[in-house]
Amino acid sequence: MPALPRTEVEEIALLARLHLDPDELSRMELELGAIIEYFAALAQVPTEGIPPMTHAVPMDLRLRADEPAPSLSPSDALAGAPGRDGDLFVVPAIIGGGEP
Amino acid sequence: MTVLAELLDTWEPVIGLEVHVQLATKSKAFSPSAVQFGAPPNSLTDPLVLGMPGTLPAFNRAALALALKLGVATGSKIRARARFARKHYFYPDLPKGYQISQYDEPLCEDGFLDLIHDGAVRRVKLQRIHLEEDAGKNMHVGSISHVDLNRAGVPLVEVVSMPEMHTADEAAEFMRSLHRLVRWLEISEADMEKGQMRCDANVSVRRRGEDRLGTRTELKNINSFRFVHNAIEHEIVRQIRQLERGERIVQETRLWDADAGTSQPMRSKETADDYRYFPDPDLPPLVVDGAMMGTTLHTMPELPAARFDRYVRAHGLPPDDARTLVNERALAEFFDATVKAHPGEKSGRVIANWMLTELLGALKAASVSIEASPMPPARLSDLVQLVEDGTISGKIGKEIFEESFRTGEAPKAIVVRRGVQQISDEGALIEIIERVIAANPHQVQGFQAGKDALFGFFVGQVMKETQGRANPVITSDLLHKRLGR
Amino acid sequence: MTVHWLSAAQTAAQIASGELTASAAVDAALDRVASFDETIGAFLAMDPTAREVANDVDRRRKAGEPLGPLAGVPIALKDNLVTRRVATTAASKMLAGWIPPYDATVVEKLRAADAVIIGKLNCDEFAMGSSTENSAIKRTANPWDTSRVPGGSSGGSAAAVAAGLCAGALGTDTGGSIRQPAAFCGVVGLKPTYGRVSRWGVIAFASSLDQVGPLSRTVEDAALALEVIAGVDPKDETSIDAPVPRYRDALTGDVKDLRVGIPHEYFDGAIDADIRGALERAKALLVERGAQLVDISLPHTRHALPAYYIVAPAEASSNLARYDGIRFGTAATDAKTLQDRYMKSRAGFGPEVKRRIMLGTYALRSGYYDAYYKKAQQVRTLIKRDFDQAWHHVDVVLTPTTPTAAFGFGAKASPLEMYQADVFTLACNLAGLPGISVPCGLTGEALPIGAQLIGKPLDEATLLRAAHVIESVLGITKRPKAVA
Repeated sequence: MPALPRTEVEEIALLARLHLDPDELSRMELELGAIIEYFAALAQVPTEGIPPMTHAVPMDLRLRADEPAPSLSPSDALAGAPGRDGDLFVVPAIIGGGEP
Repeated sequence: MTVLAELLDTWEPVIGLEVHVQLATKSKAFSPSAVQFGAPPNSLTDPLVLGMPGTLPAFNRAALALALKLGVATGSKIRARARFARKHYFYPDLPKGYQISQYDEPLCEDGFLDLIHDGAVRRVKLQRIHLEEDAGKNMHVGSISHVDLNRAGVPLVEVVSMPEMHTADEAAEFMRSLHRLVRWLEISEADMEKGQMRCDANVSVRRRGEDRLGTRTELKNINSFRFVHNAIEHEIVRQIRQLERGERIVQETRLWDADAGTSQPMRSKETADDYRYFPDPDLPPLVVDGAMMGTTLHTMPELPAARFDRYVRAHGLPPDDARTLVNERALAEFFDATVKAHPGEKSGRVIANWMLTELLGALKAASVSIEASPMPPARLSDLVQLVEDGTISGKIGKEIFEESFRTGEAPKAIVVRRGVQQISDEGALIEIIERVIAANPHQVQGFQAGKDALFGFFVGQVMKETQGRANPVITSDLLHKRLGR
Repeated sequence: MTVHWLSAAQTAAQIASGELTASAAVDAALDRVASFDETIGAFLAMDPTAREVANDVDRRRKAGEPLGPLAGVPIALKDNLVTRRVATTAASKMLAGWIPPYDATVVEKLRAADAVIIGKLNCDEFAMGSSTENSAIKRTANPWDTSRVPGGSSGGSAAAVAAGLCAGALGTDTGGSIRQPAAFCGVVGLKPTYGRVSRWGVIAFASSLDQVGPLSRTVEDAALALEVIAGVDPKDETSIDAPVPRYRDALTGDVKDLRVGIPHEYFDGAIDADIRGALERAKALLVERGAQLVDISLPHTRHALPAYYIVAPAEASSNLARYDGIRFGTAATDAKTLQDRYMKSRAGFGPEVKRRIMLGTYALRSGYYDAYYKKAQQVRTLIKRDFDQAWHHVDVVLTPTTPTAAFGFGAKASPLEMYQADVFTLACNLAGLPGISVPCGLTGEALPIGAQLIGKPLDEATLLRAAHVIESVLGITKRPKAVA
């Protein structure tokens, strides 16, 4: 059963912003390796020209009328925030610019 | 910038722009939370905007209608079934951990934007225009950052040009032209100070004659026409210098610092992301129905570049004047209405002159918009008529303009009330000329002895006698005859 | 019959007729919870307003006001359904302390039908699992044998209904999460057509697969519940705009000329002998009632499991990106940098959730997308085409719900082994089809067996009709011993 290389596990964990301790990393190497190997069977299925399904029941997007509804009050919006300063959410300092 | 001009003999910059424009809707792209600038922090949210568990997006019809307008105005191909995709990255202003955007099936492709540059229309190809949602705002305060999500979820279009601009001027002009167009179509206020229009630029340079594009950098945060110009020019010079030193360009994102006039690379850890796009399973394909397409086509106005072209060709306006008139749709509409009320071969140029010299100045001084001008097109055309048929002189015309603008009284009525009709009657003028000559024998002698400059003195005296109402052409003719030169 | 064993339909009828009050029905349920939930462990939270709502139903009945179809019926909800002012955790530590400011559409609909919501039920964390062992909060036992799992992820819902702790419950089904625990606990579990029921307020696991449905003690209750919760919702762009029939009218007992497909792929592999026997009895019964059995093939079925375990984790990795500890839920507030804040806050997910986030992130990376997510979505098209083909010849498909009856705690050693528990239920979700699990006897060890029926899109009525016939003859009449 081929394990997923540790560096790749770490890379994915960083992308997913998941802290994994060394034990978890070791387990992930093996478990992910096994599951991904199991996925490999799919590669054998001929799918050329087969459209990928994105919606099980085909339909078009319905459009919502542009009518504003009342917003939550700032106190309701921030009610569950782990860190807040008045009506603002608080996070550790961001360095550099934003996206997009 | 002679340094740059010299460098450009050898090097060719290639510039592509990605411009985000907020769409002027009343509610957000995917939820009915209201859109408003300057509201108290976190007062424009709902469970969806906050990214709460269990919420689902429902797309705003007005956002589609506005994006479609821009698509049609730029001659883009409109995709029959466009799709929303999720773009993933972690950032505090992005509540869901992904942005609903479009990826490989955008609404619009292969359009163009017409720039008015160097007195002519130049067409820049657009790769795509796609719909997406805006993020909120982070504000940095020492060791922490504050997050305000009022802006999160506001609908945006991202307009992506092909990399086919070659100067900073051209790029800035792209921004101005897009700004003009979206305002013209009432797609967006596009106020850059309010962040309603924002620009990223991709810049590379290559040796002239080279086909392949050089390594590009992305400049972020260039949010004024001036910054676009300065940042790109700075980047062009930076890259050329680096290449001439034999160094390589690193593909990176750089942040423009307008105060310092330089850019800095963003830390790679914060940019080296893999967005993991995939079609959003919450949103079936976006289909533009025939009715919406029909309305868009049917209500599409004549666009600024076409109008610029018409003003130059049909009315013979100098390109700079034509460009000024198409800067704002209301200004162009004013011009067209005035010309329509006062048609004539030269009337376009005359009216443009009045608008650009008198009207715009007066509006600016009074802080009034063209739509609310106290002198509407019908009045201005009346005034032009009064000057043209000789009822009043051009000089008096300016006084009448000023009074009419200030009081709202019709120019004709002012002329009659003030009795400022031009004196073109030769008999009356001869009488006045005789009085002037009799009163100024020394000057008559001087003029006849060859002091040509004194001619103006006599014209001035006649004008003084008539409070400026003497027809200057006839007066001048009669003076020449009387003084024998 | 004692009040707590009445079906939802019976409870509603008795309350409507005045034979029973809503307060008595709700008190009976709450007493059962008090007596037995320590053993079962189904409930995560009780709704403190339940008695008040029941009193209100009684008051309105006395005043002669019209009442909804579930008036006074005690119902409980899987905890991944969002309830206004009642803590909603999806059995995760990540949502500890979150008090939602809104109701799921299904919750609104239940309230509008005058149902009494008594509390929130345990499940696998974020509905990821097949045994409810992945709950970060507590363990739920199978009422038939408390050393065994109730199935999952809607294990709390199935166990509560089976133990008579409520008249019915809602669950969610992404790969079998209603039908598999229903089979394990001996109750009816219906997964409607994708889009039949609004997902607004359903904490998303895999958005293209998730669907809400009822778990109930009778097929009639499943029909009644679906009537209440189905319908288009402007808040859910994927909900289907189609009329909602009166599903109870479909329960005619008549299956004459019904064409029942028997896909050999579902019977070829390793299936517990007792289950095989029970399915044979179901087939014989249907034939005896005039139905026609048709051998069919669904050749792409064998790819359902790998396709599912790519699609579901991929979408989950996206849906779970919002749990960043900034706006709600728990956070590592001692983190000094933003990166740390994210990484440490999100370390609060349980092992299975982490595994799926990792898998999904792996599959969606650029350069991997075509080989994994896109490929799996293409395989879904093939699986759906198999069914489309079958619908030319059959009206419903009959299969076992699970290859084995309920297994013991800790019995599945590896994730892959656990994933196999869903092998018969996944295809339904991948193709967006309705499916139902109906009790179909007991094993030699007195563990419930479920028969699964799969139907055409939006044809829940035919499923219910066939399930009703199986229930009437092969249904389980015994009560689970742990709660007798």
